[in-house]
Amino acid sequence: MKINLQHKQAAHCENGVTSNLLHFYNIPLSEPMVFGIGAGLFFSHMPFIKLNFIPVTSFRPLPGFIFKRVTRRLGIKTKRFKYSNPQQAMNEMDLLLEKGIPVGMLVGVFYLSYFPQEFRFHFNAHNLVVFGKENNTYFISDPVMENVETLTYDELAKVRFAKGTYPPKGRMYYISEVPEKIDLKGAIVKGIKQASKDMLTIPIPMFGVKGIRFMAKRLKRWPEKLGEKKAALYLGQVIRMLEEIGTGGAGFRFIYAAFLQEAAGVLEQPWLLEVSKEMTIVGDKWREFAYLAARTFKKRGTETATYEQLSELLMIIANQEEEIFKKLKKISL
Amino acid sequence: MKIKDVPQDDDGFLQEGKVRDLCYAIDEDGNYKQVLSIGWNPKNEAMKLALQLVDEQVENTKQAVIEGKLSPLAYYMGKNMMDVKLLSQYTGIPKRKIRKHLNPNVFFKLKPSLIEQYAKIFNLSIQDLLNIESVKISKPFNEE
Repeated sequence: MKINLQHKQAAHCENGVTSNLLHFYNIPLSEPMVFGIGAGLFFSHMPFIKLNFIPVTSFRPLPGFIFKRVTRRLGIKTKRFKYSNPQQAMNEMDLLLEKGIPVGMLVGVFYLSYFPQEFRFHFNAHNLVVFGKENNTYFISDPVMENVETLTYDELAKVRFAKGTYPPKGRMYYISEVPEKIDLKGAIVKGIKQASKDMLTIPIPMFGVKGIRFMAKRLKRWPEKLGEKKAALYLGQVIRMLEEIGTGGAGFRFIYAAFLQEAAGVLEQPWLLEVSKEMTIVGDKWREFAYLAARTFKKRGTETATYEQLSELLMIIANQEEEIFKKLKKISL
Repeated sequence: MKIKDVPQDDDGFLQEGKVRDLCYAIDEDGNYKQVLSIGWNPKNEAMKLALQLVDEQVENTKQAVIEGKLSPLAYYMGKNMMDVKLLSQYTGIPKRKIRKHLNPNVFFKLKPSLIEQYAKIFNLSIQDLLNIESVKISKPFNEE
């Protein structure tokens, strides 16, 4: 049994799952649209929270936020579950599949057999959709993959109950009710307002535009404080978060620019096209940062930028993003 | 980023037709399109750096296992990027006991059911888990 769900690759797993599920219910929203309505753009640098001894830097909000916000803003009802017993988690998923309902879920990637070996870290916030079962095999729409994949019962149960930081605990979700008419324009405006608010006004220096400046200041002192080797590791981690599978390039900045472009058409507000261009320029600056940072930790060529130069570049980026979101904050219907 | 600037630096991490990075880039008219990328050097370098770190730690453990100072369990734990806590969560074996099992004298005398529990988590056969030769020939990430 296979549900008629169209698998479409996306840059980011949660956008992709949300977009693919919405398409199934005849709400054809693109990945950038989902990302923008869900206010997926963010920045945080938390030196006091470490993963594998390296501070956490992130270009997105917490996992689960995008799906939650998009469905709420479009008036779509969802159901979500969490389990302690793997067998129960699998049985209840099977029942939904039999009813023809595609099921989104959180998994850990370490035991995800179809993932390339190098990407199989102990990361537990990956999203995918299960949309069918034949004998002992499940059909998987994993937005990161180019094609439909399969997992056996045991494999799927294992990744749904991955262990470690933020264990998924069999979490799954599905769309239960779709309204006859959705307010797309209203949802877009709410999404833009929220992203602006998150980037500009959280009164803690680790988040949003302030967070970029915060990291810029700390990064400057990494070599003297940590030594070259550890500084390189810290820098490498920032690049990975910025460019790793799922960001669409430049820490989601390009997806957001694509969203603004699409939003300009839907809202009939051409000024958003200009802001989209500015966002593209910031994205290019983030790419420049990644390029120079990689040169720095590889210590080669004449383009070796010092940590101080990288810090200055981040300050410029922070200023430009601040300008952009000050403009976007004023959006209305 | 323009479509023509989307990097295609293949370093063996991604695979065409299987998994590539989906990037958003602008065409000649400034419209955003999706483009698949096989990789980008700065990112590939960052990836290698992270794997190198794992390799270094694993390599030290490997030597200790070969010299008989640690059990193969220590090696596979590192290779799977686990610590005692995570291994305990996966196997259900208490941390205190796992620490004891890192000692080769204790490990090689464990009952088969325990060895099997470990082997399952590492996707190994019981024979491979108990055989130090398997540790010797195991390759680091950067060579795989």
